Order: sequence, then structure tokens, then C-alpha cells
Amino acid sequence: MNTLLNNSDLFITGFRNTLILFFFSAIFALVLGTIVAALRVSPVPAMRATATLYVNVVRNTPLTLVLFFFALGYPKLGLVPIDFTTAAIIGLSLYTATYVAEAVRSGINTVPVGQAEAARAIGLPFTQTLTLVILPQAFRAVIPPMFSVFIALLKNTTVAAGFSVFEAGAIRANLSERGEPAMTGLLWVALVFIILVFILSALQRKLEQKWKVAR
Amino acid sequence: MSSILFDAPGPKARSRYRILGVVTALVILLIVGFVILRFAQSGQFDAKKWQLFTFPLVQQTIAQSVGATLSAFATAAVLSLALGVLLAFGRLSDRRWISAPCYGFTELFRAVPLLILMMIFYYGLPTIGVQGITPFTAVVAGLVLYNGSVLAEVFRAGIESLPRGQSEAGYAIGLPKSKVMTSILLPQAVRSMLPVIISQLVVILKDTALGFIVTYNEILFQAKYFGSQIQYGSPIIPAAIVAAVLYVGMCLILAAFAKWLERRLSRKPGAAVTPAAAVPAEV
Repeated sequence: MNTLLNNSDLFITGFRNTLILFFFSAIFALVLGTIVAALRVSPVPAMRATATLYVNVVRNTPLTLVLFFFALGYPKLGLVPIDFTTAAIIGLSLYTATYVAEAVRSGINTVPVGQAEAARAIGLPFTQTLTLVILPQAFRAVIPPMFSVFIALLKNTTVAAGFSVFEAGAIRANLSERGEPAMTGLLWVALVFIILVFILSALQRKLEQKWKVAR
Repeated sequence: MSSILFDAPGPKARSRYRILGVVTALVILLIVGFVILRFAQSGQFDAKKWQLFTFPLVQQTIAQSVGATLSAFATAAVLSLALGVLLAFGRLSDRRWISAPCYGFTELFRAVPLLILMMIFYYGLPTIGVQGITPFTAVVAGLVLYNGSVLAEVFRAGIESLPRGQSEAGYAIGLPKSKVMTSILLPQAVRSMLPVIISQLVVILKDTALGFIVTYNEILFQAKYFGSQIQYGSPIIPAAIVAAVLYVGMCLILAAFAKWLERRLSRKPGAAVTPAAAVPAEV
């Protein structure tokens, strides 16, 4: 308990940065992932191929490597300089977007065929069929897998600690500098993560009930 | 090609799709071209930056680091499959004093970030007097606890999605519960859950890269070391490219192996019954 109370500043800043990483990456990943999923079912072959290639390559690359590139490699390119937090957000978003895309795509497949057929029958073009009819229903169906993706994202934010972002994963190193026991600090970090994951799971159950598809 | 999401294109739509296709290709070419141009302009393709990777000793070290990644992966994969089966059986046990702890175990280790688990093993345990923790043990132990718990859920979902008749038939011919589990339910569950199991194995392979942060001598760790050699122009991007090619290659090989295995298993007689297809997958 003392470790937590005496170093509450470290824990608070650490987890605040974790949540910042989580929220921004979650929003960007959700938007990008939905676009990629839409591209993967689009009628234009070139768009489908591009989205499939992106998903297959990034899903087979470790997140650590993605962050490695953005945190250590990107500055060497002499482009607009970005700080480590932004680099981590970009890396996490690009990585998580592929998982969001797969979840949305599986959701699109769960929408009954009749919905799309009805939309086409009244003459809606592809974009409207997708955005007005299919996606709203698909999102309701994918709440459980989507939340697993977000829970994974929350836990993945700790990887950014290896790339100079001060967040929950980096609390240990800072505690060691102050001479605090590493084990206690790590267990506290683990406990906070368990609580955060629990909150997300509760939110998932609530949304699932609220948006249940009545068929 | 037919999809339920759009009508079969007529002549107008076909030409529109063609234009859109060309536009997409142009945009992608522009982005890729810009990245490559930027790489070239900042000298990432200079011979000096790649010279390091032509030395036999460096190549040997990289091969060794691939070996380190693969050995961590193989050990962790085997152990997590075993742990997953054990935990799944535990959760399905009729005795509460067995099923409750197994439930707690899986929930606990699925909620803690893998990196924090590895740190607990690598930085935490030695401070409370546990000796002999190498980066390898920390990486493998973290991977096994986390992926074992995830796989336990996968096995359990697979077993529960089987038709009741399977276990009832087992009990009817007088098999004890352990026999019903191991020789009737588990083989079928594994077969129907194979795609999920394999994608979890790919996750294990990718997550060995976290060993980078707890100083395990794997591909990314070596890449950073070589990438920071100043006398060779700190080739961090060439090193990242080498690491990316190695990882993506290994994961694709694993995925291809999975596809092959799936086809082989589904060809076997008796595997024609796919119970998971009848029951909506528990996501």
C-alpha cells in the first residue's frame, strides 16, 4: 500500500497517459478499421486487394515492431517531427485497425441476406447499402468481438513503455529509480489493469443489452 | 464474382469501377512511392547502411536471434496448449473446488497485460528471492500463462459447442467422464476450433517480440543493436526492414501450415460432421 500511496504521482501520470493512448488509438482504429472493412467488401477489385494486403501484412507483424518503426525509424526519415506519444498512437491505431476491420467484416457477414437484398431492391447504391442498412446492424452484432479488440488495445498500450512513452508499463522503471520494490509496484499496475478490463467488460455487457438485435 | 452487397455491374458501373480501381491504384502508388522516395532521400538505401548486413558474422547473429525467437515460440506454444487443455478440463469439472479456481485463473491472466506479466517474472521475482530467472524463462512463462488462459477459453467454447449427443453417447457406452473428455469431446473440439487455435499460435509468435523489452536476445533486440551502430550510419530502418521481413515471413509460413492442416483434417472421413458450423460460434 505504501508503494502506491508514496508514489501516487507516478501511478496517476502513468495511467493517465495509458488512458490517453487508449482513447485516441481506439477512436482512430475504429474509424480506420471500419473504412478498411468497407473497402474489403467493396465492388472495386483494386480496393479489396489493397485492404486485404494491409490487413494480412499488419496482422502478421508484431506490435513491438510497428512501434519500433514509428518511434525509432520514423525520426530518421526527416519528415515532420512527432513526439513519442504521437508515434505510439499512430502505431497502435494502425495495428488495432486491422483487428477492428476483421471484427466489422465478420459482423457484416452476420446481417441477414434479406437486408442487403431489400436495400438493393429499392435501388440503393453500394455506399448507401453499406452505411445506411448493413453497418448499423453489423455494429450491434460485433460488440463482443469489438470489445475484445479494445481490451487487447488497452493491454497493448503497455508496449509503448519500451519506446520512451511514460505510461503504466513504465511505472516500474521509475519506481526502481526511487528505490521502491519492483514486485509491489508491478502487482499494483496489474491490479489497476484488472479493474480497467473489468470496467470495459461491464460496459460491453451493458451495450450488448441495450443494442440487442431483436429478430 | 457475386456479392449480396451490390448488383452485378452493368456497362456504366463497370467503367466507373474501372476508374475507381485506377484511382485507388494511383493513390496507393503515390503513398508507397512517397515512402520509398523518402527512404531514398534520407539515405536508407545507401550501401553504407546495408553493408553491416553483408558480414557473415552479423548474418550468423541474426540467424541465432531467429533461433531464439523460434525456441521461445515453440516452448511457449507447446506449454500453453497443455495448460489450455488442463484449464479447460478444470473449468468443465463438476467439482466446484476445481472449476472455480480454474475460472479465476483464466480470467486473471487474461486481464493482465502480457508485458506486465513478463516484467513481474523478470524484474519482480528476483527481488523477492527467486533465483535463476533468465529473460528466456520470463518470456516463456508470461506467454504460457496468458495464452494458456486464452486457449482454455477456446477449448471450452469448442467442447461446449459440440452436440449433447456426443457426450451422452460416451456415457451410454459406460465411459467415465475423463475418457469422454479426452477421447470423444477434445478431438472434435480441437478440429472445429483449429482456425482459432492456429491464429492464437500466430499471436504467440508475434508476442515473442515483447521479449525485446525484457532484454531477451531475439530478432528485434538484435535489430536495435545493429541499428544503433554509428560507424555504419545507424541503420535502424534497414534493421527494422530485416526484422519485418523475418517476422511476416514466419507468420505467413505458420498461417500457410494452418491452412494445409485444416484441409488435411477436413478431408479425413468422419470429419464430415462439423458441429461448430451448426451452432453459432461463441465469439
